[in-house]
Amino acid sequence: MLMKYLMGKNEDIPPGTASIFFSFSAIVWFIIGTGLGSFNAAKLAFPDWVTGFEFFAFGKMRQVHVMAVIFGWISMAFAAAMMYITPALGNTKLWSEKLGVWSCMNWNIGLAVGLFTLWMGMTSGREYSDFIYPIDLILLFGVLIPVALNVWMTIAKRRTQGIYTTNWFFAASIFMLLIVLLVGNLPEYFHLTGLTEAYLTWWNAHNILGLWITPVAAAIAYYTIPKITGNPLYSHRIGHLHFWSIVIFYSTPAAHHLMSAPLPEWLKSFASVEGVLILVPAIAFVSNILLTLQGKWNMFVENIEIRFTVTGVLLAIPLNMQGGFQQTRSINWYIHGTGWIVAHAHLALLGFSTFIEVAAVYYGLQVLMKRKLYSLALANFHFWMLLIGFSIYWIAMTIAGLIQGAGKIYEVPYIDIVVAEHPYMIARWFGGTLVFLGNCVWLYNMYMTAREGTPVPAGRMVHELAYER
Amino acid sequence: MAFREYRIGAVMFGAALSLSMFITLVVPSFNIFSVGSTALALEKQLTYGFNSGWNPDDMFLTGANKPLKVLLKQDPQTDAVMEPVHAYVFPANARFPSGILHPKVLGAGSDVLSVEQGKINEASEAQGAVFLVRSGEHNGKAYPYIENVSATRGWSPDAVLKVAGDANTSHAGAGKTIFVREGCWWCHTLLPEQTQDFQYFGAPPYLGDFNGESPTTFGSDRKAPDLLHVGSRNSSKEWMMMHFFNPRLVQPHSIMPRFDYLWGKTDANGDQIDYAAWRKEFVEYRNGERVTPPEVPNYRSDSEIRYLIDFVLNLK
Ligand code: HEC
Repeated sequence: MLMKYLMGKNEDIPPGTASIFFSFSAIVWFIIGTGLGSFNAAKLAFPDWVTGFEFFAFGKMRQVHVMAVIFGWISMAFAAAMMYITPALGNTKLWSEKLGVWSCMNWNIGLAVGLFTLWMGMTSGREYSDFIYPIDLILLFGVLIPVALNVWMTIAKRRTQGIYTTNWFFAASIFMLLIVLLVGNLPEYFHLTGLTEAYLTWWNAHNILGLWITPVAAAIAYYTIPKITGNPLYSHRIGHLHFWSIVIFYSTPAAHHLMSAPLPEWLKSFASVEGVLILVPAIAFVSNILLTLQGKWNMFVENIEIRFTVTGVLLAIPLNMQGGFQQTRSINWYIHGTGWIVAHAHLALLGFSTFIEVAAVYYGLQVLMKRKLYSLALANFHFWMLLIGFSIYWIAMTIAGLIQGAGKIYEVPYIDIVVAEHPYMIARWFGGTLVFLGNCVWLYNMYMTAREGTPVPAGRMVHELAYER
Repeated sequence: MAFREYRIGAVMFGAALSLSMFITLVVPSFNIFSVGSTALALEKQLTYGFNSGWNPDDMFLTGANKPLKVLLKQDPQTDAVMEPVHAYVFPANARFPSGILHPKVLGAGSDVLSVEQGKINEASEAQGAVFLVRSGEHNGKAYPYIENVSATRGWSPDAVLKVAGDANTSHAGAGKTIFVREGCWWCHTLLPEQTQDFQYFGAPPYLGDFNGESPTTFGSDRKAPDLLHVGSRNSSKEWMMMHFFNPRLVQPHSIMPRFDYLWGKTDANGDQIDYAAWRKEFVEYRNGERVTPPEVPNYRSDSEIRYLIDFVLNLK
């Protein structure tokens, strides 16, 4: 079937195919990514658990987990959402379904090769741009530029007059991602060294999160919440504020990741002030979404997609409170480089953004396959596994981080910190494993939806139909 | 773009993003480019060579084509005893670091001295070269600089390696590659923080300590002691050997992974290392069925663990 689509004429490919491929790929990468996470966590809790295999060493697998969830799960779920939502909002078809299917295949292959090389130890040694640059270039030209083209052309060829909030976010974010990856990897292409390399590493890391993951996740919520609740977006003006403050404030605080490193002091202070201003887009986004829900809060309980999305949006509140303040000098000295930051990163990626994307994948797959979700019970199970697993993880790592922070400033012998953290490392592993197991159930549920979900009658919307299981 | 607003919006978007990139990239780059090297930065460049991450010269990160750091006690030409110096030997075809390829990277003062007095632009990668770190004066101010002793005194890489001998040769450059490949920096930082924690871990680095180094691997997530000055705290090769073979030999509560596989297949005598037997005996020891832990094999002088230990002990 894949071959038929790859080689066939664009017109012959059913609309939504690319998005369906992307959705299922994303779910599979989510399972792989969280499985690796759980394995890594086990290594930190029980270092002698698997020994004797060079490639199962923690230092070789840690980055594979991170890149699998960022570029496999999160970014592919974004691509799935873009390929489905962009045309829906433009009242048109995807510009090229065929290009979409090709991008999806290239993405899976490129990422698999990239993760394999990384696992074999071929790394640039730069966090969040760990892939060696040939892989970066393959992903950039073989995958991201085609996806971007598809999104831009679909918007250009739309059959509506205006462009809805979600679509400006999509178009702008993917543009910014291309720029960020091009510039952020300059040290690898042109062998820039020293502080330039160190700073660009974090410029890249910060902006992948700030200009790609955060705004695209928010853009998805701008679609799913009004669509499913039937309420119009509370305020387009606030949407504007959100968009422009992302571009202006979120793109500047890169240096706050290096607050205690030798960088020019003015740069760190500037980054720190800009970092607090991240609260502007954050508050705009959260309030806009929550106000859109007026009168429909019952759906938070009754509708699984709304529950996922709103949970993600609610998690954005602690996320941004941490994000705004933990990078100021007065707090950063305590928690820098500790598990607190690891907890914060998971709050962003596994909390805020994942919950919103999961909803988008649930909803998008049902709409595109025109089938009602196979089992609500399994979806609820998935929700609670993710939420409980994530919460255990987050609480454990935050406490571990505070212990490390105390150990750091009082300079206790390091091994005492390792001993004190041990219970939290076990909790972290347990929480991560719940997330992994929940995702396996999710894949089963979506597979069964594809095969046995009740067909949605023409002209009806999926969320109007009752669940059967 | 049916509406004029969208055209204006797109232009404003471009302007805003460009402004942000100007402030966060262009302006700091003036600052960062003007940072002069400290002597440490010169030593690090000469120790680690061109790049310690993936690069076309070392695709599988085995530490190939890296310079060697030797402690020289005799003049390699006359064999006369001399004041010991650290010399950095680049065998033929080892890539030079940025500072030698582009002296500007060294910063004002050091670049002029390195070219005029140090003759670094006469060095050739194809033939190899030997360098020293010196200090000199330029316009009345003191600067560290690099001297290409192959040009100034005629020392050849081979002669220097020969008089120094294997015992005085450090593979710290190849070791840094192993450090990057094995992901030590996911647990260990190389950055005592400026604010609080450096009394035990040692002084935080200076602005100028990094010129020409790549990757810098500061590390962001500290699950283990900072290593920037670990060689000053603990310079015991035997301790390092035991600790890398199995950290639980010296520190029962450690969560550090075993790096026994860096020993390779054979030990220093060329005998096969029986890992399975070793692990079995270790389990017996841990369970209290043995009084002494099994013996850690001596490593070959060209094993990856040798490189790594040389690197760690060189972190002063
Ligand atoms: C899973 C995390 C982890 C990884 C990966 C790791 N270490 Fe460690 N390392 C530790 C912990 C925890 C300690 C402190 C306890 C101990 O002494 O074993 C430590 C201690 C050390 C020490 C002694 C530090 C001191 O202050 O005396 C050295 C040296 C060291 N590690 C080097 C390395 C090198 C080199 C690598 C990569 C080959 C590496 N470590 C990889 C966790 C790690």
